[in-house]
Amino acid sequence: MHELSIAMSIVDMATEEAERRNAIIEAVHLELGPLSGVVADALEFSWQIACSGTPIEGARLIIQQVPLQVFCPACNAPKTLASMQWFYCPDCGGPTAEVLHGKELNIVALEIRDECPTAPAGSP
Amino acid sequence: MSAQPRLLEVRKNVLKQNDVLARSLRERFRAQGTFVVSLVSSPGAGKTAFLEKTLTLLRPNYRVAALVGDLATENDAVRLARSQAPVKQIVTGTICHLDAAMVDHALTGWDPGDLDFLFIENVGNLVCPSSYDLGESLRLVLLSVTEGEDKPLKYPTIFNSADVAVISKVDLAAAVDFDEPAMTANIQAVRPGMPHFLVSAKTGSGMQPYLAFLTARFAEFSRKQPV
Repeated sequence: MHELSIAMSIVDMATEEAERRNAIIEAVHLELGPLSGVVADALEFSWQIACSGTPIEGARLIIQQVPLQVFCPACNAPKTLASMQWFYCPDCGGPTAEVLHGKELNIVALEIRDECPTAPAGSP
Repeated sequence: MSAQPRLLEVRKNVLKQNDVLARSLRERFRAQGTFVVSLVSSPGAGKTAFLEKTLTLLRPNYRVAALVGDLATENDAVRLARSQAPVKQIVTGTICHLDAAMVDHALTGWDPGDLDFLFIENVGNLVCPSSYDLGESLRLVLLSVTEGEDKPLKYPTIFNSADVAVISKVDLAAAVDFDEPAMTANIQAVRPGMPHFLVSAKTGSGMQPYLAFLTARFAEFSRKQPV
């Protein structure tokens, strides 16, 4: 269960970005591959705890699952696998060791709201 | 009053900090000519016994040392010290995996001398360690015959991130009706082409082919050394 520390890293990165741009973060969009070693449900569960008491408290976490894509040398083409338990080409049945996509654990976008210059953060 | 929300595209790897540090560790190990092997397994697969045997057998011909991660005790380091190789413990507390910063920190102020092999024993866990690059040259996943042939299918992520699989406790294979073809097929299903070895740290059976693989990889690594 290392999703909490992953969630805290995401919070840190988003907070840094919010401060740099003087903006409020409404949502963080995350790209997550099945081979990242991170479980989406556990990450979502950790998210509220990680955010709480930080400048981005209340921001949403939007997870986009990335399909597992490999390169099939026999077909000489990228293929999408249905399962992490079967690294064989869905078309020719040959072994597909090379992973093209599926290890992603990236912040891809932030939904931000610029803070109004007349009402700086902290004013009533 | 605030402006409307807008979508700002960014691209940041969440594990960038770890990956950057792991890369610099890898460069450091390469410059020193040290071949780093990390070991991952579930608790009780026999990592420490296997590592003790590996260190003992390599030590006459190679300069070897080990870093061992353990949640709370220093028992593993005490056991490994019997191999007479330099050993340092990383007590991780409640953290379920090692990361590059822990490895970097453990290396600070520790001088095991010039090394051919450095072994890093991860915390017993087949889930969390898969996400963290430690700067190793080879990731070894260890599983014992008692754990069931479907283990690779249950933990495909860690098997997919590994370079070699070692199946331990083969001295118990008959007692547990170990099905080697099924285990092999399952390893290949999650990581086509990955080599595997069957060993017993207790009897020493199978250790030689595995050590031959390791030293061949070390020789290959040394040949690619920048001069």
